[in-house]
Amino acid sequence: MSARISTKQRMQITRQAMPEQDAAARAANFLEVNLGLPERLALLEADRCLQCKDPRCMEGCPVGVNIPKFLDLLTAGKIAEAAQSLLCDNALPAVTGRVCPQETQCEAVCVRAARGLPVGVGYLERYVADWAREHRDQLPQIKPQPTGKKVAIVGSGPAGLTAAGELAKLGHDVTIYEALHKAGGVLVYGIPEFRLPKKIVAQEVERLQEAGVKIECNVVIGRTYTIPELQKNFDAIFIANGAGLPVFMNVPGENFKGVYSANEYLTRINLMAAYDFPRSDTPVLQGQRVAVVGGGNVAMDAVRTAKRLGAKEAMIVYRRTHDELPARAEEVHHAEQEGIRFEFLTAPIEVIGNDKRWVTGMKCQKMKLGEADSSGRRRPEVIPGSEFVLDCDTVVVAIGTKSNPLLTATCPELKLNKWGNIVADENGATSLPGVFAGGDIVRGAATVILAMGDGKKAAQAMDKYLATRAK
Amino acid sequence: MHRILAKQTLSPNVTRLDVHAPRIAQIRQAGQFVIVHLAENSERIPLTIADSNPETGAVTLVIQAVGKSTNELVALNVGDSIRDVAGPLGHPTEMISSGHALCIGGGVGTAVVHPIAQSLQKNGVRVTSVIGGRSKEWVIFENELKRYGNVVVCTDDGSYGRKGFVTDAAKEILTNEKVDIVYAVGPVPMMRAVANLTRGFGVHTIVSLNPVMIDGTGMCGGCRVSLGNETKFACVDGPEFDGHKVNFDELQDRLGTYREFEQKSLACAAENCRLEKQLSQKS
Repeated sequence: MSARISTKQRMQITRQAMPEQDAAARAANFLEVNLGLPERLALLEADRCLQCKDPRCMEGCPVGVNIPKFLDLLTAGKIAEAAQSLLCDNALPAVTGRVCPQETQCEAVCVRAARGLPVGVGYLERYVADWAREHRDQLPQIKPQPTGKKVAIVGSGPAGLTAAGELAKLGHDVTIYEALHKAGGVLVYGIPEFRLPKKIVAQEVERLQEAGVKIECNVVIGRTYTIPELQKNFDAIFIANGAGLPVFMNVPGENFKGVYSANEYLTRINLMAAYDFPRSDTPVLQGQRVAVVGGGNVAMDAVRTAKRLGAKEAMIVYRRTHDELPARAEEVHHAEQEGIRFEFLTAPIEVIGNDKRWVTGMKCQKMKLGEADSSGRRRPEVIPGSEFVLDCDTVVVAIGTKSNPLLTATCPELKLNKWGNIVADENGATSLPGVFAGGDIVRGAATVILAMGDGKKAAQAMDKYLATRAK
Repeated sequence: MHRILAKQTLSPNVTRLDVHAPRIAQIRQAGQFVIVHLAENSERIPLTIADSNPETGAVTLVIQAVGKSTNELVALNVGDSIRDVAGPLGHPTEMISSGHALCIGGGVGTAVVHPIAQSLQKNGVRVTSVIGGRSKEWVIFENELKRYGNVVVCTDDGSYGRKGFVTDAAKEILTNEKVDIVYAVGPVPMMRAVANLTRGFGVHTIVSLNPVMIDGTGMCGGCRVSLGNETKFACVDGPEFDGHKVNFDELQDRLGTYREFEQKSLACAAENCRLEKQLSQKS
């Protein structure tokens, strides 16, 4: 650590604000909301890190990024080394710097949070990662010794890409199979452009390909090939095919025209570029009054997308209150700034349609919070006689997903839990030797960073497993 | 990229494309489909596999040109390529291993009936096919289906085969012969009529559904259909279902969700085409 600046001086610096696109302007475009810290502010923010001897932020990070190290290198003017250090720990820093819930991870345990605001680790991760994207020529290309071991990865989402990066770094021959026509998984079909530009995902994917990772799109494991078929051709397999099937509310009227799953709504717009119809060929209904049911990140993405597509009113319908919203704090804050309406303590009981079966409203009932349930959250309870009709022409259901049976049904030896998710230990090992799994197919619905953590841990365990196998 | 190996016009707006997709050609089974994505900004469209040749790696797709995307597909020529073909998707057809199967195809749906008849005959099942179209020129796959059994052709105007609907011919067969299972693929009203007919005869009836679909792997839920009180996803649970349980009214309704958009897309394509012509005339 440089003696350039004292701890007292570090303590005096206040947290730098992320420059953002103006709320009114951005509510009408798909450009990124956060603009990134300029150099001067980034260096100032990095100086706020106290370089703790026993850094708790690292423990708070699912992929174990050595945060003090890359921040110290950054403040010392060694940005290429900072980037190298960061990339060594995290395969997708330009992604996580944008979509991680830092407030519950690294920044939550930052010592500076005890008195004031934590170091803006996410902002700085993004800053260094973006520098690395633009200065690829200044980063050393490490060519590992090939091990001769072949690894198949199912799915090119955050877990798959992370595992691929780690395994390629270790010299293994990696092939990713992606079911869709474009690599990136939820990063391209789910997370909108205004939160994570597709160009960044494409660049991260390219970087992996340069490192030797092969990606085969349009291959649906469970249909085009099965896991037993892959086992014949590969030394190890990592399954990270994602969550899968959208859950619907199971209320009357849910199949009226104008009701989408969040997956369908976001896929049409993100992957298929429906916002650009008719220049792109996939349409999406552009509702004037869009009700999004749910309170997670996917719900926020959907409702803010609806607003950008021109909805006069874009609403979140959530059965608990603001405090229980599972979404990232920044997304909720941005949504509020953009004029998203929140209908808290509200639960839909029926979708109402006209005689042509187009959605015209949603019958809801008001809730109140009761006792805490097993998850520690207060359970919403119905207020009898509180039914009312919410006026809307589009409903987007964002209440989660359940496991996709396509892969698992064609690999009966793979042990599943009662929800159909693959059972894996803390290293991602499944009931089948050499077959590992991680991300949402194991966890149910979780976050990008948790999936990446799974990918990283599984890659390390797979490397150990591969070492035990004779050539 | 998937090259077009052969092309044939089957009826005024129905085209057969043999597309190079070797893995799919090798493992596909009756009833399965592929998702086709022509180019970067194209739609992903589900198309049932009508036939395949594992030796040449060809997968046969039969396409009815209705919207912009299908028109673009049928405009492809031998040597052109399709960017993405994913599959084979969906469950293979529920088969019987002996007895008599009645396969009913309407219009372009006849192509979907073809691999089912093919597979049944291979299993040693007696196959009778009833196929129909508006008039003679709309009848497809007659010669192919004749390889697997007797074929009864119906046309609405009587210009070829029997005059009348496929349900009229099917009713006679169901009345006069023992039928163990019925497969019906065609426009929604036809499948509904067949299901209503066979319900009276108590014969198990399978229909192949083609709802709006994006990914084809269970992720979007756009292809959901109602079977009694249950919601099923055509891509992972189907695309074939018990015709006696399918809510055809809802299916027909949901298929109309993007009708306005389809017209806009076609109009826009026509306008682009006109502008391109103008430009090429000027230069």
